[in-house]
Amino acid sequence: MHVAHLSLADFRSYARVEVPLDPGVTAFVGPNGQGKTNLVEAVGYLATLGSHRVASDAPLVRMGAERAVVRASVAHGDRQQLVELEINPGRANRARINRSSQVRPRDVLGIVRTVLFAPEDLSLVKGDPGERRRFLDELVTLRAPRMAGVRQDYERVLRQRNTLLKSAALARRHGGGRGADLSTLDVWDQHLARHGAELLAQRLDLVAGLEPLTDKAYEQLAPGGGPVGLEYRPSSETAGARSREELYEVLMGALEGARKQEIERGVTLVGPHRDDLLLKLGELPAKGYASHGESWSYALALRLASYELLRADGERAGGEPVLILDDVFAELDARRRDRLAELVAPGEQVLVTAAVDDDVPGALSGARFRVSDGEVDRV
Amino acid sequence: MYEGVVQDLIDELGRLPGVGPKSAQRIAFHILQADPADVRRLAHALAEVKEKVRFCGICGNVAQDEQCRVCQDPRRDPAVICVVEEPKDVVAVERTREFRGRYHVLGGAISPIEGVGPDDLRIRELLARLADGTVTELILATDPNLEGEATATYLARMVKPMGLKVTRLASGLPVGGDLEYADEVTLGRAFEGRRLLDV
Repeated sequence: MHVAHLSLADFRSYARVEVPLDPGVTAFVGPNGQGKTNLVEAVGYLATLGSHRVASDAPLVRMGAERAVVRASVAHGDRQQLVELEINPGRANRARINRSSQVRPRDVLGIVRTVLFAPEDLSLVKGDPGERRRFLDELVTLRAPRMAGVRQDYERVLRQRNTLLKSAALARRHGGGRGADLSTLDVWDQHLARHGAELLAQRLDLVAGLEPLTDKAYEQLAPGGGPVGLEYRPSSETAGARSREELYEVLMGALEGARKQEIERGVTLVGPHRDDLLLKLGELPAKGYASHGESWSYALALRLASYELLRADGERAGGEPVLILDDVFAELDARRRDRLAELVAPGEQVLVTAAVDDDVPGALSGARFRVSDGEVDRV
Repeated sequence: MYEGVVQDLIDELGRLPGVGPKSAQRIAFHILQADPADVRRLAHALAEVKEKVRFCGICGNVAQDEQCRVCQDPRRDPAVICVVEEPKDVVAVERTREFRGRYHVLGGAISPIEGVGPDDLRIRELLARLADGTVTELILATDPNLEGEATATYLARMVKPMGLKVTRLASGLPVGGDLEYADEVTLGRAFEGRRLLDV
């Protein structure tokens, strides 16, 4: 799929802008602070109903305006769809598909699909385990939309169970209280293990598919610098279990083993919410050992691998995603720029941003837009 | 802010479920402008519902007498009990006219976040009803959300030693709808709970 036309109203710095887009590579070039990233951020918002830069929607609306509108005409093969999102901070967003307003915003999900790489992604390598779990879970949900429900259920069981454990821990410490509360812990264990096993099975499956692709992407970006390996680090030993049923048993066993400690600490210590993805460079973990440049390449390799994986899923999964590379070239030397350009050239649609023309590799043909002071002009 | 009693009324209305501050204000002004007789009737109904309506001593459903209509009805099968969360769920099941057994209203679902544990629900009363062996099937009709499922699992584990037949309502596709309009979660559940077609 590709975005054939993007129009924004009161989005970030733009009062109004119309950007006709072609398949293939498109570069947005302009000095910092002129609004390049805002354009790709808008495309990303249509894909995820969230921004990759901020957690709340308020900064997305232009100063002084009440709401922002992102509108895109999307081409899936011969089919054209018009998607519109009205962003109302503090209130529910509104969506329209092909001018019909009988849709919920979440119905928009899946029409625009993106893989976005931005400077913030460095935290995939250097940041907390939570960053890597979110990376995995977002990809899992993109490949199997049903998993959004599983993730929600899991989060909710976890909150229920933690509340129960916390009140039990409090009662123990201060004496008295209602010890009988713990009679329901077995029930929450079962539900935690069931949803947890489903999420875990999907993550393991994803990591297995992602590893060779990440290694390949890293080798292309930094020849001879690898190999890279992805190792899923569960909070409890899974002993080679892969299926939902096996993982359910693993989690139930681990919960039983951790119960005493969980009651003492008043928090759930077992489950996918405590897991991590170990990113290895050679034999060492990338976090703490890799240089800034290596970490950068690693994060980029993870995104490129996601892109390849979704492309390989093909039409079944909703068509080829749009690859967005925000401000990626400035950090790479000339040789790596050219390699990256080669790598992404065959994509159905690739949107890149760069501060100066020289940053954009010569090998990257395609359309070029100059972004300056809220104006977007094709060169 | 309005003055005195008007604001009091708005505040009280705003505490009702599903009524936000704007709706509360609208209802309050509707009452102010309404015919005094209508308002008195409403006030009377409110006072009376609290005075007259009781909860059935057996199943916990709302009742006018000691027992509710279902528990008083000798034609209802005493061997089957359908467990629901709220009295309004009884009404929902009754509307189907498919169920000829009796009910048990728990008064909610297990939810540590809301401070509701098994002791806060009418579970002890349910176990007491099961003790004499009249009941042979327990239908768990708690809500198909996380707390409802957890409550159902808890009950199933509690009554397991009694050797009853314990069933759970199926979840899946709405009847008369189109498959394409079902959300992924519902459709996924329906796939999981698919059954053999006997022909």
